[in-house]
Amino acid sequence: MATKEIAGVQVELDDEGFMTNPEQWNEDIARALAAEEGITELTDKHWEIINFVRKDAKEKGQVPTIRRMNKAGGIATKDLYELFPNGPAKKAAKISGYPKPQGCV
Amino acid sequence: MKKLLILGAGTAGTIMANKLSQQLNLNEWHITIVDKDETHYYQPGFLFIPFQIYSRNDVIKPSRDYLPPSVEVIVSGIDIIEADKNRVKLTNNKVLTYDYLIIATGSQINPEETEGLKNGNWYKNIFEFYTLEGACHLQKFLKHWTGGKLVMNIVEMPIKCPVAPLEFLFLADWWFTEKGIRDKVDLTFVTPLPGAFTKPKASKILNSFLDKKNINLVSEFNTGSVDGENNKIISFDGKEIEYDLLVTVPTNMGDPVIERSGLGDELNFVPTNKNTLQSKQHENIFVIGDATDLPSSKAGSVAHFQADVLTENFMRHIEGLPMLEEFDGHANCFIESGFGKGLLIDFNYDVEPLPGKFPLPGIGPFSLLQETKMNHWGKMMFRWVYWNLLLKGSELPIEAQMTMAGKRL
Ligand SMILES: Cc1cc2nc3c(=O)[nH]c(=O)nc-3n(C[C@H](O)[C@H](O)[C@H](O)COP(=O)(O)OP(=O)(O)OC[C@H]3O[C@@H](n4cnc5c(N)ncnc54)[C@H](O)[C@@H]3O)c2cc1C
Repeated sequence: MATKEIAGVQVELDDEGFMTNPEQWNEDIARALAAEEGITELTDKHWEIINFVRKDAKEKGQVPTIRRMNKAGGIATKDLYELFPNGPAKKAAKISGYPKPQGCV
Repeated sequence: MKKLLILGAGTAGTIMANKLSQQLNLNEWHITIVDKDETHYYQPGFLFIPFQIYSRNDVIKPSRDYLPPSVEVIVSGIDIIEADKNRVKLTNNKVLTYDYLIIATGSQINPEETEGLKNGNWYKNIFEFYTLEGACHLQKFLKHWTGGKLVMNIVEMPIKCPVAPLEFLFLADWWFTEKGIRDKVDLTFVTPLPGAFTKPKASKILNSFLDKKNINLVSEFNTGSVDGENNKIISFDGKEIEYDLLVTVPTNMGDPVIERSGLGDELNFVPTNKNTLQSKQHENIFVIGDATDLPSSKAGSVAHFQADVLTENFMRHIEGLPMLEEFDGHANCFIESGFGKGLLIDFNYDVEPLPGKFPLPGIGPFSLLQETKMNHWGKMMFRWVYWNLLLKGSELPIEAQMTMAGKRL
């Protein structure tokens, strides 16, 4: 594990650059992490998803899957792929300040 | 009398009925098992049907023959589980009450979840082999197919037996070679995973097998819809892949009864403690096999390892003792690789599949992550082991917990 300064805050990151402590997150960090992923502007639609991810992850103890975002959060899967291209579940988790979603074996 | 009710008489339910009828005092306990089907299906055998290695009769047997005489067997659909009232309503209108419930309703394919997948070409040039019906239709089709572009697609993870699609491709490579038309068939594997398998070491080795066998790999493809008119699968981000023959593994989900009962997640899998197998919501409900939401593989071998742990935990729980948190995610799968050879992988929640010898360190007779004739025989023997040992809950020469002995890091 490493710490890195992002948007003026020392945050803890894992090997792949995912935050390991969601409490350290703030909106400026989200913007900086989004930029790293090539998303230059976070629109209202992005924020809607980020807010859902944070709320759901806090309640459930794990970041939501694409299917859960769709069913429980009412977020269209196509929108997710448009807003967070190439691996929306992973990217949304990262920008929302949560660790990488657990895959299955 | 105390009442134990088991829902589902597939692999996991059958093993639990056998194990617990041996362990529980039957003067004090009444065990009931419910399934909509009188027939037990050997699902691992479905893989071989399209290639005429097995036929329908090789994979079905009467369920009753594999359940102990002391267990009451009810053939009926399950309508709803009313967990707050400790009772279950069946579709034959019977109501069963219980002290303890074991949910073993498995998982099934849901082609309706993907836009356009179950179109007019379903079972015409779009097939699946996760049901007996589908496997038999595909057998008929392949008999007369003269070649073209075959696409094997996993729509979405998790699926049961995540290696089955790979095995299908390896067998297809062999089958078309035998038929003398391999040069007329283009084989492509389209998967949402980053490679051939979920874990990096095995994925690398299996990727090289795909290469060697001239099978194309398209990874990180998340199927959004199927265009049956133009024979294309389309990803959520707009990538398109054409096919002449589409073999799909549609979205796998738990049974709708789980959703109706408000007991499941988005895929109708039941939230379960990953070590004790107790339901996260109800203290007197346990969940086993494909019906759980565990991050372990959905496989018969996994159900078998879970059954050892669940039997122990169940017996402790009813005695008021704390449960031993034991299930480690152990899975053990033979991978048929065609031309009379096979591979074997052994892994758990934390340790990915590694090369080595199994089950005896240094000796085998099976080789992990290597293609051998012996592994193929292991796979073919699995059917005998399944009917004669595994379902009956007999001891197998493999421990429930994974061991590192014999493995190379
Ligand atoms: C093509 C294929 C290949 C496979 N290969 C392998 C392999 O090589 N090795 C391996 O270990 N595993 C393999 N598997 C996986 C293995 O078959 C399953 O993981 C295993 O059968 C799971 O057992 P289960 O008891 O959880 O579910 P199942 O065996 O599916 O049983 C569930 C039971 O519940 C019943 N049920 C569900 N809902 C209801 C309801 N509402 N009312 C009444 N009854 C209901 C069903 O009728 C069924 O009998 C393969 C599977 C497939 C499809």
